[in-house]
Amino acid sequence: MSVKRIYLDNNATTPCDPRVVEAMLPFFYEMPGNAASRNHPFGWEAEEGVNQARQQIADLLDVDTKEVIFTSGATESDNLALKGVFEMYARKGNHIITLQTEHKAVLDSCKRIEKMGGEVTYLPVNRDGLVDLNELEAAITDKTILISVMWANNETGVIQPMKEIGDICAKHGVLFMSDATQAVGKIKTHPKKVGIHLMAFSAHKMYGPKGVGGLYVSRKNPRVKVTAQIDGGGHERGMRSGTLNVPGIVGLGKAAEIARLEMAEEAQRLSRLRDMLQKGLMDRLEECYVNGNEDHRMPHVTNISFKHVEGEGLMMTFNQDIAVSSGSACTSASLEPSYVLMALGLGDDLAHSSLRLSLGRFTKEEDIDYAIDAIAAGVNHMRDLSPIWEMYKEGVDLEKVVWTEH
Amino acid sequence: MAYSEKLLEHFKHPKNVGTLDKSKKSVGTGLVGAPECGDVMRLQIEVDDATQIIKDAKFKTFGCGSAIASSSLATEWLKGKSVDEALTIDNMAIVEELALPPVKIHCSVLAEDAIKGAIKDYKEKNNIVESKS
Ligand SMILES: Cc1ncc(COP(=O)(O)O)c(C=O)c1O
Ligand code: FES
Repeated sequence: MSVKRIYLDNNATTPCDPRVVEAMLPFFYEMPGNAASRNHPFGWEAEEGVNQARQQIADLLDVDTKEVIFTSGATESDNLALKGVFEMYARKGNHIITLQTEHKAVLDSCKRIEKMGGEVTYLPVNRDGLVDLNELEAAITDKTILISVMWANNETGVIQPMKEIGDICAKHGVLFMSDATQAVGKIKTHPKKVGIHLMAFSAHKMYGPKGVGGLYVSRKNPRVKVTAQIDGGGHERGMRSGTLNVPGIVGLGKAAEIARLEMAEEAQRLSRLRDMLQKGLMDRLEECYVNGNEDHRMPHVTNISFKHVEGEGLMMTFNQDIAVSSGSACTSASLEPSYVLMALGLGDDLAHSSLRLSLGRFTKEEDIDYAIDAIAAGVNHMRDLSPIWEMYKEGVDLEKVVWTEH
Repeated sequence: MAYSEKLLEHFKHPKNVGTLDKSKKSVGTGLVGAPECGDVMRLQIEVDDATQIIKDAKFKTFGCGSAIASSSLATEWLKGKSVDEALTIDNMAIVEELALPPVKIHCSVLAEDAIKGAIKDYKEKNNIVESKS
């Protein structure tokens, strides 16, 4: 039997597009220069590669090239934006507002800021994963300097109302930062159009290489400054020292260019396949629930809970052929189920039972057909094994059972 | 993290999946874990009254692959053992047999607890007083 390798975990990381790899290759050996070497052609070539990439990103985001800072990825960009603003604007205030469903790179940066004397409000979200705009506005105080809301969630794909949040920030004179890692390159993300002042992104979520990303920092209306978090040679206009990762940056640029040209069509193709996958599973299986708002959602993601089935066990039924993720605690070292799903108000049991299916540029229709069969078979296998599925089928009220938690 | 062949075999083709009639006096049921914790294991034994030998064992488990394999293995080990022999099954033996990684040791503990629970239930039903050891 031939082993299939179907990759439905594109929110974890995307394959590097061969066109991106091709663009990067010359910068390893033929053009090995340091982009900061001003006195010989090696340096000039490298600088030219970086400049072109900066232009490609600026085109994708509809911003100025001077507003793009290269980093090692979205984690670093989130750290730089949050801590950098906190330090730079200390005289204006010390309060930051963010969401409970943010990525750890944001949440843990905020935790650090609290230790440094900052105050952070972690807003809950609605059952569908969306922020309540009234609550957001009500949380603003005269000490608030920054609101940080991710563009699209990595687990559910839920897209927050960026324009509305941008308007609230503008009204109150608060800076607006967004971790747009899961959105850039897949849907239109023009920070200026929605009033974002800082925006983090990463190459490896958009078919570029791992270990490179960027931060958009607004230079006009308002001119935003961040305190550097890495000290050294003063690269990237002093905001991020360190020799530029030239091949990586060239790859990020090429990835941005491809995304800009192909995004519209690709989003349509993916949302059709995603809908096929979701519908295929929901039609075949009872007691399945989609997590997160389906109308405000990335085109390539669906997150489904299969009741009375444990996510990691479920994945094991097909993980030789199909790669996906789960919010199950058994997949995490902490033994806590996904905090994102918990913030949506799912019970622990439904969080344990979830799969995140994220499609990508290299997903084919036949992969979806195969995945529906394999996942449905896996759910049925696991339900045959599940004592709580049996109890549920017998009409036992699971709420009333006395469990021996251990 | 790759799993052992034995674990995968027990997971893909679990032995002794099913349900015994818990109203029977000869059947003992152990139900451990909680849905909120992501694992629930139900293990049942049927004991021959005269010989005190476990003649059948069945399980159903909601949990990860290691929990399912641990319960499948436990039922295999239980069959043919006397009730008192069964009490000596230790979770570390399961860990060893299935080569469970450290983060999955608690799944084997669950299996041991389920065995103990089933035996306790059987003894209570049959008014067998725990022998002091
Ligand atoms: C929303 C979000 N933010 C940040 C990150 C971290 O990105 P990176 O791996 O580039 O540091 C990720 C990826 O895991 C993400 O999904
Ligand atoms: S049942 Fe949760 S890790 Fe095994």
